[in-house]
Amino acid sequence: MQEDINKTLSQLQSEIDSLKEKIVSLESTKKDQLSIALVSGDLDKILAAMVISLAAAALDTQVKLFFSFWSLSALRDRRKKAKGKDFISRMFGLMLPNGKNKLKLSKMNMAGMGPMMINYLMKKQGVLSLEKMFSEAAGLGIEITVCEMSMNLMGFKKEEMIDYPNLRFAGATTFVAEANESSIQLFI
Amino acid sequence: MTPEELKNISVAKSVDARGTACPGPLLEAKKAIGTISTGDIMEVLSADEGTKVDIPKWCTKQGHEYLGTVEESGYYKIFLRKK
Repeated sequence: MQEDINKTLSQLQSEIDSLKEKIVSLESTKKDQLSIALVSGDLDKILAAMVISLAAAALDTQVKLFFSFWSLSALRDRRKKAKGKDFISRMFGLMLPNGKNKLKLSKMNMAGMGPMMINYLMKKQGVLSLEKMFSEAAGLGIEITVCEMSMNLMGFKKEEMIDYPNLRFAGATTFVAEANESSIQLFI
Repeated sequence: MTPEELKNISVAKSVDARGTACPGPLLEAKKAIGTISTGDIMEVLSADEGTKVDIPKWCTKQGHEYLGTVEESGYYKIFLRKK
């Protein structure tokens, strides 16, 4: 009887030990960090990404945003011009939204009427504008990484991207490496 | 804490976030909490109903003590004590 109990106890002890080891390894690999891969350039999706990022930053969670493909339109600075583009790049540049104030809605865009109405409602209901969200994000130390490959593919240039304190240019590997350390990963 | 206790509590800081929607009140609360000392009580005024659920979650994560919410006409007063 006593022997059985001792055996069970030692089994339990070893299970607890192995669980402890697992917890330690999980804690050491996962940071309190949010990684988001943005692909969409739709106004509603960029808004969602920014709201989630700001909420996370308010919780002192480190936020790392990876902008690629269509989402790069949101990072274009309307006032900046880039030289030396080829014909296709210029066409892309003309056809894609020039900056975060020109983004389209994924639904009910209605030739720009939708975004106008959304902006009106956001103002009325005290939702921060996208412009303000980016400046809050900058103040909270939210990092933005521009996917260099898709930036080149879309014909955008570094010099036409917005001024942002934590903006850098990197590749998918950077996103994967950082997302691997994050406790939350999202794809928008 | 009961609503009566909360109504009579003295706060070190009052954050009026009634003009802003989610996540505005949380951002303002985060900014304000840095200006008060440990043990101080802060109230957040918000017209956004989500805030009264969000602030307790924020408190749990940050270790602050959530004291309760009082409903006023058209807005909420959310109380917490800084850790």
